[in-house]
Amino acid sequence: MNSYEKLKTARKNGRPTGGAYVKEIFEFPIELHGDRRFGDDLAIMAGLAYIGKRPVTFIAMEKGTDLPSRLARNFGCPKPEGYRKALRLMKQAEKFHRPVICFVDTLGAYCGADAEERGQGQAIAENIMEMMGLRTPVISVVIGEGGSGGALALASADRVLILENAVYSVISPEGCASILWKDSGKVADAADCLHITAEDMKEFGVAEAIIPEDFDHFSKMCKGMKNQLAAMLDELCAKSEDQLMEERYMRFRKFGIYNSDRPY
Amino acid sequence: MSFIKDFLQNKGLTGEEQKVTCKKCGHEDTAYELHKSCGVCTECGAHYRLTARDRISMLTDKHSFHELFTGLTSKDFLHFPMYQNKLDKARESTNEDDAVVCGIASIGGNSFATFVMEPKFIMASMGSVVGEKITRLFEYATEHNLPVIGFTASGGARMQEGIISLMQMAKVSGAVKNHSNAGLLYIAVLTDPTTGGVTASFAMQGDIILAEPGALVGFAGRRVVEQTTKSQLPDNFQSAEFVMEHGFIDAIIPRGELRDTLAELLHIHKR
Repeated sequence: MNSYEKLKTARKNGRPTGGAYVKEIFEFPIELHGDRRFGDDLAIMAGLAYIGKRPVTFIAMEKGTDLPSRLARNFGCPKPEGYRKALRLMKQAEKFHRPVICFVDTLGAYCGADAEERGQGQAIAENIMEMMGLRTPVISVVIGEGGSGGALALASADRVLILENAVYSVISPEGCASILWKDSGKVADAADCLHITAEDMKEFGVAEAIIPEDFDHFSKMCKGMKNQLAAMLDELCAKSEDQLMEERYMRFRKFGIYNSDRPY
Repeated sequence: MSFIKDFLQNKGLTGEEQKVTCKKCGHEDTAYELHKSCGVCTECGAHYRLTARDRISMLTDKHSFHELFTGLTSKDFLHFPMYQNKLDKARESTNEDDAVVCGIASIGGNSFATFVMEPKFIMASMGSVVGEKITRLFEYATEHNLPVIGFTASGGARMQEGIISLMQMAKVSGAVKNHSNAGLLYIAVLTDPTTGGVTASFAMQGDIILAEPGALVGFAGRRVVEQTTKSQLPDNFQSAEFVMEHGFIDAIIPRGELRDTLAELLHIHKR
């Protein structure tokens, strides 16, 4: 598949959404609602659960599975209160020394006037900054679309995994095409130029591993993911908090491709 | 002697009596008047965009600015259409390496580290170089116990560098977090325009967030918001005043008062 076909696959109706992974991977999930500031954004589903014997906090973007649920969940485009709910539960996880597992699947943060009024930029900025200093392990899995800053606000993590046909991009290919060529129809070209596939992410080091998709055997696929997540958590939870902080900082510190006329 | 040398030069103004027409109110100011007002229309108070160098010479103590992290230039590693061409043009027209100037300086004798974004360089979009230089600046400031004053202006992440430009948001945020954890002050000054991935990272991470009057401050572009909500937005939507009214900016400071305000804020946090 080329980038554009992958983009269409990542967005396809019927592709499992965040809630499906929560149900399959975790035991005894309890959903917790609200940001304690303004409201409860259903584009983000979050709460507590077990993975094996280990308690975790899960935070999943949820696009909805049919029209009524898609409308209720704003098609998986979070508003500031969604990011603030996520942050509240991440800070809670830190307090109780629970690791955090995020599932990323969004076209991007919601671009409405109300989201701007309530500080969409500030909400994302705060999440990213607080995640960079969160003293508990964080793993993020890009399950569908990783849309720009709205995705990074749940993906400033120790490890990032990405599904085989999921995509991750700085801007939607539609947005890129309309800026570059003033033609939002040139999405396929833009998708190519932007390098948005799972292989690209692995190559750049943006994702540690690619998870093969097998939606016909979803339970089996999730069992594999669960084992992979559990093994990663064992590894991350064995580290001291200081080491975890240092390594997360260095994980992002290394990103940057540029020319330099002298060593730093 | 001119504070806003680049500004006048860019407008082709060499004589003091030559005039500039304000795009907002149509008032004509002479080059001399604009030099005195630091590029603010004397009639309606519209703040013209300034180059990074003008801003530095306007605000900092004379001869106090010492530039850091020069010699970093962007690479077209994705072979993105027209990127190299855009970079070459921007370098030529601005005479800068990329879209941010970093260094140390003082205001009223108070030392600080500073980054100043250059809106004339591909609308100060953030790619690897911008992210790297600002990260290095926060690391430098943390190491040397210095406050940071950052002047933001940006169209957002530099899409020509793909996902690596998005990663700069987390990279810089990590450095801001470490600087903050060290108990050090970071003042963000939002200038026109501050949008996208810069708003969604270090522009909104200041202990104190100031803005210039009338600056555009937002996450999504106005056109995108209008398309999403299919409604007309108020004229002042995403103006600094609008954003302050909604609680996300500490104060709006006219350019002429910025130096004194910053000096006082630095002084209050002196340790």
